[in-house]
Amino acid sequence: MTNLNETQKDIVEEFSIFEDWLDRYNYLIELGNDLPAIDPQYRTNEYLINGCQSKVWLHADLVNEKIEFKADSDAIIVKGIVALLVKVLSGRTPAEILENELYFIEEIGLKQNLSPTRSNGLLAMVKKMKLYALAYQAKASQKS
Amino acid sequence: MAFSIDRIRNDFPILHQKVYNKPLVYLDNGATTHKPAVVIETIKELQESHNSSIHRGIHFLSEQMTSRYEAARETVRAFLNASSTSEVIFTSGATGSINAVAFSFGERYVKAGDEILISEMEHHSNIVPWQMLCQRKGAKLKIIPFDHNGELLLDQLDALLTEQTKLVALTHASNSLGTINPVKEVIRRAHARNIPVMLDGAQMVQHGKVDVKELDCDFYVFSSHKIFGPTGSGVLYGKESLLEEMPPYQGGGDMVDQVTFEDTSYNTLPFKFEAGTANYIGAIGLATAIDYLKQVGISEIGLYEKELIDYTKQKLGDIEGLIIYGNAKKRISVFSFLLDNIHTYDAGMILDKMGIAVRTGTHCTQPVMDHFGISGTIRASLVFYNTREEVDRLAEGIEQTIKMLS
Repeated sequence: MTNLNETQKDIVEEFSIFEDWLDRYNYLIELGNDLPAIDPQYRTNEYLINGCQSKVWLHADLVNEKIEFKADSDAIIVKGIVALLVKVLSGRTPAEILENELYFIEEIGLKQNLSPTRSNGLLAMVKKMKLYALAYQAKASQKS
Repeated sequence: MAFSIDRIRNDFPILHQKVYNKPLVYLDNGATTHKPAVVIETIKELQESHNSSIHRGIHFLSEQMTSRYEAARETVRAFLNASSTSEVIFTSGATGSINAVAFSFGERYVKAGDEILISEMEHHSNIVPWQMLCQRKGAKLKIIPFDHNGELLLDQLDALLTEQTKLVALTHASNSLGTINPVKEVIRRAHARNIPVMLDGAQMVQHGKVDVKELDCDFYVFSSHKIFGPTGSGVLYGKESLLEEMPPYQGGGDMVDQVTFEDTSYNTLPFKFEAGTANYIGAIGLATAIDYLKQVGISEIGLYEKELIDYTKQKLGDIEGLIIYGNAKKRISVFSFLLDNIHTYDAGMILDKMGIAVRTGTHCTQPVMDHFGISGTIRASLVFYNTREEVDRLAEGIEQTIKMLS
């Protein structure tokens, strides 16, 4: 498996072939459709990140010291971006998630979707993913 | 002068730009409208050469600005056909005006057990201030419902007007359904029981003539930025007899007569309700926008928009899977709709990339969305500088959006 930064680089490369915005969105829609729906037990208020206009659900598990993220959204383009975030951050150690900067979103021109004024829940989702990493890291250091 | 859409569009510099390499189609006028060059120039000129605090100054600039500010008040008075400039109060906007009435009228007239009557289609700005008042006073908020077309259920009105009703606060035109409400009939029935009526004109003044005398409403509010003026300015019209009785809602400079530590006596109308340094440039900018509208011709604007409404209705109606929410007989050029099962946020994002600015979500009218059991709509809101060609672009954009998302 490629590391976090390699995955980011791959995504940036993938997006570089699109000249038109609508092609980019078509690809995001495809990604969104391909991401399996989150298990219904996690599609609940407990796992909900409410952005006034679209909803995002996020669940994290620690498997073999790596965090497995499961996420979903009710809006398909948002779900496409969610799929990218999961691809980059899922299956990583807490340290890897915390040490690396997420730069791909900006590079593929989707930064506005993570601005605080965009009420889609994505910014809160990224923060929450990092919080999960922090929490699992703290847990691990308590044990050792 | 004949109504010329080309000339009008030339008056609005912002319209002539490309976004994401596509010519901008701005259909979010319900949120805010653009400013004609004459308004932009006026603001610039005032800031550059005339800025000075009003009412208190002894010097040249202050006197000049004061007379222009008071001339703006006269422009608004004439625009609304109010009886006197004492009835025209400058505020920060429609929201500011409603809050002023809710507080001041509430202090004077509302007590525990009383009722305030609003409608199911109000903007949050015409719900929350009344809720806050009701909580303060132990009063009750009651609601006039609407039907599936977005028409008020007038047959329920008489039962809702009770001995306890202290005020009816109703939107003149709905920002999410487009309905123009039968406000004259509501006012007639409320007045038959001596109940005053406040109208929220935020979505009406930019579309047609408003005559407060003819309507006989007791309060009328609107925002400058939705009628081609600058943001941060608005108007509260109130009947003088009521305003005289109401206490100030904010204390500060300009609204006072004599101040000692023991007591303060208040200034006369309208200054009693204008505490602090007024947004005089905003008010003069608004008056400039009103002058511009008069020059274009408010009835011509109405006629042009009527055609645009019919055309938009037909174009949207032709799109398979598109459902319009709000089909009142009398309407403004605001269209709320959904596309099959497509999420409004997805649709809005794609339309944006085609250069088409619409709004998605609840439009600050959550109870309207609850009425239909939906979480939001896509809203296209047009004004007189929009064109049939732009409606065509919207329709094409929607068709493409549906193709991409289904």
